[in-house]
Parts: sequence; C-alpha cells; structure tokens
Amino acid sequence: MKKTKWLISPVVLWLSLFLILPMAIVVVISFLGRDEFGNLVIQFSLDNYARFFDSLYLGIYWDTIALSVLTTLICVLISYPLAYYIANAGPTRQKIWLLFITVPFWINFLIRTYAWVLLLRSQGVVNSFLMDIGIIDEPLKMLYTKGAVLLGMVYTFIPYMVLPIYVSLEQMDRKLLEAASDLGASRWRAFWHITLPQTKSGMMTGSVLVFVSTAGMYVVTDILGGSKSTMLSNIIQTQFLGARDWPFGAALSVIFAITSLVLIYLFNMALRSRHERSKEGRA
Amino acid sequence: MKQKTNPLLSIHAYLVMAFIYLPVLMILIFSFNNSRINSTWEGFTFKWYGSLFQNRNVMDALMNSLTIAFTSTVIATVLGTVAALALRNAVRKSKTVLGMLYLPIVVPDIIMGLSLLLLFSQFHFPLGKWTIIIAHVTFSISYVYVIVASRISGMGKQLEEAAQDLGASPWQTFRYITLPAIWPGVLAGAIMAFTLSIDDFMISFFVAGPDSTTLPIYIYGLVKRGISPEINALCTIMIIVSVGLILIAQWLQNKGNRGKKASTLPF
Repeated sequence: MKKTKWLISPVVLWLSLFLILPMAIVVVISFLGRDEFGNLVIQFSLDNYARFFDSLYLGIYWDTIALSVLTTLICVLISYPLAYYIANAGPTRQKIWLLFITVPFWINFLIRTYAWVLLLRSQGVVNSFLMDIGIIDEPLKMLYTKGAVLLGMVYTFIPYMVLPIYVSLEQMDRKLLEAASDLGASRWRAFWHITLPQTKSGMMTGSVLVFVSTAGMYVVTDILGGSKSTMLSNIIQTQFLGARDWPFGAALSVIFAITSLVLIYLFNMALRSRHERSKEGRA
Repeated sequence: MKQKTNPLLSIHAYLVMAFIYLPVLMILIFSFNNSRINSTWEGFTFKWYGSLFQNRNVMDALMNSLTIAFTSTVIATVLGTVAALALRNAVRKSKTVLGMLYLPIVVPDIIMGLSLLLLFSQFHFPLGKWTIIIAHVTFSISYVYVIVASRISGMGKQLEEAAQDLGASPWQTFRYITLPAIWPGVLAGAIMAFTLSIDDFMISFFVAGPDSTTLPIYIYGLVKRGISPEINALCTIMIIVSVGLILIAQWLQNKGNRGKKASTLPF
C-alpha cells in the first residue's frame, strides 16, 4: 500500500513553510544589520551577538538561568512527593488525582497568573486577610517582586513536572523493591538506591520541560514582576514588538535556543553517566 | 507494592492541590462578588456577567477567538489526520518527517511566535486573523497527529482489505470503514486543537493585527491595565468552557479505547 505515501506531502509542505522556513529566517536575520529607522540592512555582521556580551544583557541572561534553575528545583521538590503519592494510590484514586493534575493545563495560564495578582497586590486577598486578623498594619509589598515571579513560574509549571515523574514511577520495576525489602533494606534505603535512580529519567524530562518553559515565558514576568524584573524572553519580546530591533531580537532568540539545546544535552549526559555508574556499582 | 502511605505524603499532596486550585477558585468566587474591589465579599451578584455580555470589545474578541479556533481546528485536523493515515503504511517511517511532526511540540512558544512574525513581515503578509490561524494550525497539527496515530496503531487492516476484496472503491473503503473506525481519535484531536487555539496567548500575541484581538489577548490587556470584576466573570467562563471541553475529549478517547479493544477481538 505504497500509494498513500504522497499524502504526507501537505503536512510536510505546511511545516516547511510555517515552521522550518521561519526559524531559518530568524537565524539569517540575526546576522544582518539595521538602519536608524529599524529597517533591515542586508550585510553580514556579528554586531548583534557582540551586543549580547554587554554587561546589561549578560546580567539578564544569568538572572534568567538562575530563575529557571530555581523554578525547576522547587518544582522537583514539590512534585516528586506528590507524584510518589499518586503512583502508590489505588487505581481509581490514581485516575482522579491525575485528572486534577491535568485540569490546570487547560486553564489559561494568563488567568492562573492573574489569580496571583488578585491574591498578592496591596489591596489583595492576602494583605486584607492579614490586616483583618491584625498580623500586619501596613500591606506587604508582594506583587511586582522577584518572589512573585518565582511563585508564578512554579505555579504555572508544576503539572509539567508531576506527570513525567508519575510516569517513570509507574514504569519502574517494583520487583526490585520487594527484593530489597526481602534482603532487609529499610524503606528509605530502598527508595534511595532503587526508586530514585529508576525515576531519574522522569525528573530529567520534567526538568527540561520546566526549565525551557520558564526561560521562554515572558508573560508571568510581565504581569507579576512589573517593570523591575526582566528576563531574556522579555527582552526578546520587546525587540520584536516594541523596539523593533529585529536583528538583535533574532540573535537573542538564537542564543536562547542554543542554551536550551545545550542544557537538554547536558541533562541527557548526566542521566546517562549516572545510569552507567550505577550499573557498574551493581556489577 | 502495597505499602502504607506515609501520612506526611498525603498531607503534602492535598496541600499542593490546594495551592493549585485555591487561586483559581478565588477568581470564580469573586466573579459573583458585589463589589468593585476584589478583596472582601460583599454579597452575591450576576451583574458582572451581564455587563460582560453587553461589552462590545469582549464580544468582538470572543467572535475572533471562535472564528480562529474553528478555522484552524478544521485545517489542523484534516492535515494531522491525513498525515497519520499516510504514515500508517510506511514500514520505515522517515525520521525527518517524524522529527518535523514533533518539532512544534518542542519549539518554545516565544520562538515560534517571533519566527512567524518575521516570516509574515518578510513576505509583507498583513497581520490579522489569517496569520493567527496559520500559527495555530502549525502547533495543532502535531497534537492531532499524535492522537489520531495512536488510534490508528491499534487498528487492524482486515476490515478494509475485506471491503476492497468485495469491490469497494478506495473512497468507499475510507468513507465507510476507515473513517468511522478512527473517528473518536479525530474528534479528540479536533477538540484538542480547538482548546489549544482558544487558549493560546504567547504565539498569537506576536502575529495578531489590530483588528484580530482574541480573548486571551484582550484579557492580557485588561490585566495589564488593572483589576476589574468583569475579568473575573470572563475568566470564569473561559475556565468552565476549556475544562468542559477537555473532559469531553478525555471521555471520547476513553470511549474510543474501549471500542478499540472490543473491535480488535474479532480480527
């Protein structure tokens, strides 16, 4: 039945036109210049990349990475016990818990971020409550801080971490745990030496998802961080929609994409070397 | 493993759930609050919903969102389904094609948005509903493909072969055998595409024109300007619609899977 094979061409054509070609254009434009009106000038230059090494942009770059790493770590710490709890529940309860974890995916993240504005602003729910019960007299400044951005990111991306960890917990070889307890290992020891190594892949998948999503998320920073906290993605967005410095924006996007790819590669390497080491250890 | 669950673990699990759902619940509650200031409860009202439906901008944005979601869903569902059918018989699936099909799921939204903006501006394609539709089709195709392909993979070919032996044309075979068999998957994929489209902000924001404000873009503008109870009402409606849709999609997929098990038995 080879005759159906040509049917793939519409999709290939569509994705080439609207996915591959645009990304190629980004790379090309990142090497172009622009005149004082913001128009593209066709001439090869590395200026856009050189500008990135300005201390201002480097600082933002490191801030972005720091925030993304922190968000990822907090997500792992919160999600692992939750996924572990779900994976060890009975089948019906598992289904219900999983449904509750997936529902937030379908509530627009703008709305979920806005919920935190309601809670955190100075006349917001949290401040009113604290003032009503007399713990504070003056509203606390919570909105438009770095803490608010971190909170918003963790809140937005927790489901991205829970699901992969849950899947890896589900797929692990549970006979090993029985063997360990037969051999007298404590539950904690069994968890540390069997469950945790076997679920690393889930954690890694979740971490890559959370990290890349956090680094590319310009809206949470925008809404909860105000003008004070800026991330790489905000700078990129401004270059395209505000400042109209497209070559520089394109260069920043390429840097963002390369950073993500390098990180995914490093995560994979770390995962593999751990696996190999633990195999050797067992041998 | 039937171990007794650590009580700390279950407390943690319920706390995380509270953390995830309480803020959203807050919006739902405040959408019925009879006060302009969203911090204390002043009595029950429907008036924000009333003023919402009289607000021209909201209705325009809603219409835009629905038109865009409907159009992009149709295109993405057709393309994604056709791709899944085309790859069905390919023994060695081309890695390039598969990679391409999964790429939209992997590429960060911001990059997809700005790269499409660059494409459209390079070819002087005016920004508007069509540019948003193109963007939405591009990221929805992958999801439709994945869902329909998983449905197809569990399907035998015997019925189709029998139909052809009995003299059915390829079109008849497709129309009366293949399509009904994959239909639950196609429908689930379509609902997925529709929800993704209705929900998208990150990509639409880059490729929207002045006359193509979608609901999420409108909400973004409201949130940036400040708080008003109408946003709560609008958000509540959006939450109910998208959660409702996704529950239907899940139910369809489950139903489809059960049907799949039953229908594979006779083969």
